[in-house]
Amino acid sequence: MTASITLATTRRILAQLRHDPRTVVMLVLVPTLLMLLLRFVFNSAEVFSRIAPALLGVFPFVIMFLIASITTLRERTAGTLERLMTMPLGKFDLLAGYALAFGLVAVLQVAVATAVSLWWLGLTVAGSVWSLLLITALDALLGMALGLFVSAFATSEFQAVQFMPLFVLPQALLCGLFQPRDEMGWVLHWLSDVMPLSYAVEALTQVTHSADWTMTLTRNILIVLGCAVLALGLGAATLRRRTP
Amino acid sequence: MKGTLTDSESLRVPLTDICQPRPCLTGKFRARRINRMINSAVVIDGLRVVRGGRDVLRDVSFRVEAGSVTGLLGPSGCGKTTLMRAVVGVQLTHGGTVTVLGEPAGSRRLRSRIGYATQAPAVYADLTVTEALRYFASVLGAPSRSVADAIEQVGLGSHADALVGRLSGGQRSRASLAVALLGKPELLVLDEPTVGLDPLLREHLWNLFHRLAAAGTTLLVSSHVMDEAARCTRLLLMRDGALLADDSPDALRAATGEQDLERAFLHLVKAQR
Repeated sequence: MTASITLATTRRILAQLRHDPRTVVMLVLVPTLLMLLLRFVFNSAEVFSRIAPALLGVFPFVIMFLIASITTLRERTAGTLERLMTMPLGKFDLLAGYALAFGLVAVLQVAVATAVSLWWLGLTVAGSVWSLLLITALDALLGMALGLFVSAFATSEFQAVQFMPLFVLPQALLCGLFQPRDEMGWVLHWLSDVMPLSYAVEALTQVTHSADWTMTLTRNILIVLGCAVLALGLGAATLRRRTP
Repeated sequence: MKGTLTDSESLRVPLTDICQPRPCLTGKFRARRINRMINSAVVIDGLRVVRGGRDVLRDVSFRVEAGSVTGLLGPSGCGKTTLMRAVVGVQLTHGGTVTVLGEPAGSRRLRSRIGYATQAPAVYADLTVTEALRYFASVLGAPSRSVADAIEQVGLGSHADALVGRLSGGQRSRASLAVALLGKPELLVLDEPTVGLDPLLREHLWNLFHRLAAAGTTLLVSSHVMDEAARCTRLLLMRDGALLADDSPDALRAATGEQDLERAFLHLVKAQR
């Protein structure tokens, strides 16, 4: 890995985003708008506080999954990936470049949504706001890494977009947001056990409800981080220098 | 059907090519030629590529002399792109060897020594020409000065700050060519670089290719337009995944008795049957 190439890749992706202001505005504001909508749907700061932290993790996860899978698919179909593969660029330079660029976007996205939720929508967080931010940023990173990975199996934008409901919605349904995980049947419970988003949501809920930093919290955060790194590694394995 | 070297041939041949082997139709004298010590930028021996159960390249062998402008010609779908991909090391191969600048194709050390431009322009459409080139230059470790140089070389100076996606097809393919020129690579592999360009621009680019070759760069340029063949110092004619001829344009004319290279190609196809 070469730091200068990684940073050049990050700069390039951010420059691409800069030329697409509408995407930037949506990236920054869409989760916030959704939180706002949610607040009005529940019409109660208390209920909102119960469900909002989990969604602060789910929204960036979904959005980063989509953005990452489409951008890498574009990189593959436009031939720029093949071109980069003939150059002295390591696979991890590319992936780390992507992770850094989208990670920055995700932090911005989550920061705005959290700030609005805390100061305007009546969200109360017992733990530190920084740990909330850390976990949501990790969620975004996880979504991005998964998006990068599955985009390798998409041959068209149509397929890539449909991977979202396939890979993301089941995780959102089973993460404990709609139904407590303990109350699920054993099959569903097992499924939710192997889905990384469950641990992210658990961590987020914990930070909102308690100021203590427990072992479970550390474990949950490490699981999310581990899954993101694993997905990035798998993503790297799908980047081939030689193709048929 | 062995052709004789005519005097006029040496007009286009750069100095490095003077001791090139006698031209001959491919296959016949391959073994002898491969044994000869020539300064070759690319040496391909018995290359085979299978894709989708079909032989896309069948036992292809040739060498590209250093400092030459070698044209890779043949109808579309004959395997030109696959062959070029094998040279730059992104093609999975199923037999034979590809040696580029003394190293096996695709090896790490080659990655900053080869410039490659694919047929479809591979440049980020949502960046300006300068931004896109600056990124590729930093990946290659090329000096930042080389960005402006490359843009100037392909005649895109007036569009340096335009978004690649807003350029015309021809301009976009020149932007892609400019990426290949970054960092002054020793070998340029260009897949149909002049497609869709007007005659003036084509003239401009071919002059550029010869200037680069005179300065020591080796160029492997594909085309499916036969009138570009005459501009090459050496021609590789392909058909159906096999090499039909490996010769200089003049020797090819002499060998086939045709003045027009397109007719010479047809002559070879018929002779093969």
